[in-house]
Amino acid sequence: MMTTTKTVAEKAASKPTRRDALRTLGLGGAVAASMPLWARYAGAQTAEPIKVGFQVHRTGIGAAYGRWYDRTTSAAAALINEQGGINGRPLEVIAEDDGTDPKRGAEVVEKFAAKHNCDIGFGTLFSHVVIGSAPRVGELKLPYFVVSEGHHVASGMLNRYTLQPGITDVKSQVQAMAPFVADNLGKKVTMVFPDFAFGHDHRDYFTAAIEAQGGEVLEHIAIPPTETSFTKYFPKIPRETEVIYHVMVGPAVLTFVKELGEFFGPQRPEMFGFIDSLEAVDIGSPGLEFLDGTYFWEGNPRYAQENQSEYDAFFRERVGVDANGASVSDPRDVSTYAHMFGCWETLHVVKAGMEASGYRGTQDRAALIEAVEAMTDLPHSIAHPQGAKVFNGKTHQVFGKQYISKVVDGKMLLVHTTSIEDTFYPDEVDYTTQSL
Amino acid sequence: MMSDSKKDCFAHGGVLLFLFALQFFLPAYHHGNMARIMVLASYAIGYNLLFGYTGLLSLGHAIFFAAGLYGSGLAISQFGFSVGVALVIGVAAGCVLSAVIGALALRTEGVAFMIVTLMFAQAGYLTVLYFGEFTRGDEGFVLAHADRVLWGVSLSDQTSKYFSAFSLFCVSLIMCLALVRSRFGKVLIAIRENEERTQMLGYNVVWYKFCTIILSGSISALAGATYALLFGYVGASFASVEYSIYPLLWVLLGGAGTVIGPLVGMIFMFYLIDLSSGVTTAYMLVAGVVLVFLAVFAPQGVMGEVRSRIWKWLS
Repeated sequence: MMTTTKTVAEKAASKPTRRDALRTLGLGGAVAASMPLWARYAGAQTAEPIKVGFQVHRTGIGAAYGRWYDRTTSAAAALINEQGGINGRPLEVIAEDDGTDPKRGAEVVEKFAAKHNCDIGFGTLFSHVVIGSAPRVGELKLPYFVVSEGHHVASGMLNRYTLQPGITDVKSQVQAMAPFVADNLGKKVTMVFPDFAFGHDHRDYFTAAIEAQGGEVLEHIAIPPTETSFTKYFPKIPRETEVIYHVMVGPAVLTFVKELGEFFGPQRPEMFGFIDSLEAVDIGSPGLEFLDGTYFWEGNPRYAQENQSEYDAFFRERVGVDANGASVSDPRDVSTYAHMFGCWETLHVVKAGMEASGYRGTQDRAALIEAVEAMTDLPHSIAHPQGAKVFNGKTHQVFGKQYISKVVDGKMLLVHTTSIEDTFYPDEVDYTTQSL
Repeated sequence: MMSDSKKDCFAHGGVLLFLFALQFFLPAYHHGNMARIMVLASYAIGYNLLFGYTGLLSLGHAIFFAAGLYGSGLAISQFGFSVGVALVIGVAAGCVLSAVIGALALRTEGVAFMIVTLMFAQAGYLTVLYFGEFTRGDEGFVLAHADRVLWGVSLSDQTSKYFSAFSLFCVSLIMCLALVRSRFGKVLIAIRENEERTQMLGYNVVWYKFCTIILSGSISALAGATYALLFGYVGASFASVEYSIYPLLWVLLGGAGTVIGPLVGMIFMFYLIDLSSGVTTAYMLVAGVVLVFLAVFAPQGVMGEVRSRIWKWLS
């Protein structure tokens, strides 16, 4: 009896666990959700919602990503509202299709600022849409939180109103892969990539990174963007290749990967790819069996791992993703799991920034930018389920862990996690020197 | 009683006056939209000269728009030229390119002309991607605010942006109107209506077509250069096949062979997409259905119908 009492007392004295925190949060959310709106936001000076203009790729080349970005954003907004909103005000997401087109993208951000009076613009993935919209957000002084992966933010190409606090950029991802590839797969690499800016970033950053590891790229094989058949490019792969590094995006990715498998048959070199080649594609699709034993970079592991964090489990549940990375309502609807967490994390950064700056309305947009710039450590938490991150306020870019998975029996098994430090590179810009 | 010619001039002058006055009344959102619409309508005016008045259906006009866009954009980003010089370089790029393409494409006619122009545009698009080191390929690049200043006036400012777009539109519309009302313009219409008869009457049809391609390409390039300078973005999507199809669509909607048709078509298309996207996510379906109805019930386009039913004197 004594023992039991002591155990309970010890439990009471001990720190709350993450599981406790999640349970409490879930309970709090349920209670909050059951209250009427006036009660939830009664503490705010105004019940006016905080408007987030969500630039979503509903049509065009980015539609598969857009669909999941949309679901993730809705889930994050619902959670934030259940928790009482931002500064006591509800969050309202105003989504508008940009057609994955930079001209329409610029029109959409204009609509957010001038028509809907949105507090921020948010959620853009494809680089050309971000770059096409950025000049206009700078003119409109609309904080623009992108979830793009592109190096364009940290390169200094854009302006102080554009930030990327929820997803790492391609430069940091690529350079963090080189030590694993050189140490575990081989040092003689052939790269296959799309012949446009995204592919060129891979070509340039990985080539430099693998050379720094004592390796070399034997051949760069650039695939024209209009290509629909890839077999004719594969004979260019040198015989002495130890590792094939592949990355491809767009509607022909499945064809690309299938033809790569058909070309090599069972006698293939090691393969390392970016999951972009297979985002929203079922890895169990016929013709992809040859991928067993190959490796992939993942921004966030698609398959729930044995040591899955509670935060990842919570994130999956809220967004509606099963343990295989597909929709809980349709196992064939595979998510863009390696990227979409960025929407969730970015919205939580916006919330934290608005709370830190005491954000009241559009007149405080500059204060919001400064509050986000002041952020540094973003701990692994419900707000950051992909992992801990470090935000660089000067370059407006976040840095975080990267994951490498191996395909085993048709599923991806996490085999390596980089450190955050592996992804660092010297600053290329200091946006804080630009006026607001 | 006012002559038809005067009515025509007054009508077009009235449109310009209306557009000028609009900037003082439009809400901020539509103010920005109109600036963009006027630039793209100028592009469509260039296209209309070739398609609407001369009867040459080009499927590759994006290459001329992109020539102006990249000509001016690269002049600033790579060589640090001023806005004025960059604008001239952009137009010159379009002028030279249209002369070269015109000289080659005019060796064909009909469907072959369409295919050749389409192929040239595709080659232009791939060239932009190929020289990604300078153009940043599909991503494109931005022109900084500080680089977009003309005679001390920032082109990123909302008012100067509207006025610049309006100036461009004035130049394009007046040039087009003067041209189609001139003897040269009458010959173009004659070529469109009956090329063999025009040739039989002693006109050098190929020469007229060649000049029109250069004019059309140069106006399109002027619009492209202005777009880069006003909106600060230069990207490969503007060289893609979609941007060759858009001016055709705008011209068909507004009325091919009418001077004001490209503006009407552009406004119609812009707001059709903009408004329907606010109502439903299936806005492309709505746009498609409306376009089908328009094509069935107003085959000459909006201004074409107006001309055939009401204002027969409209150029």
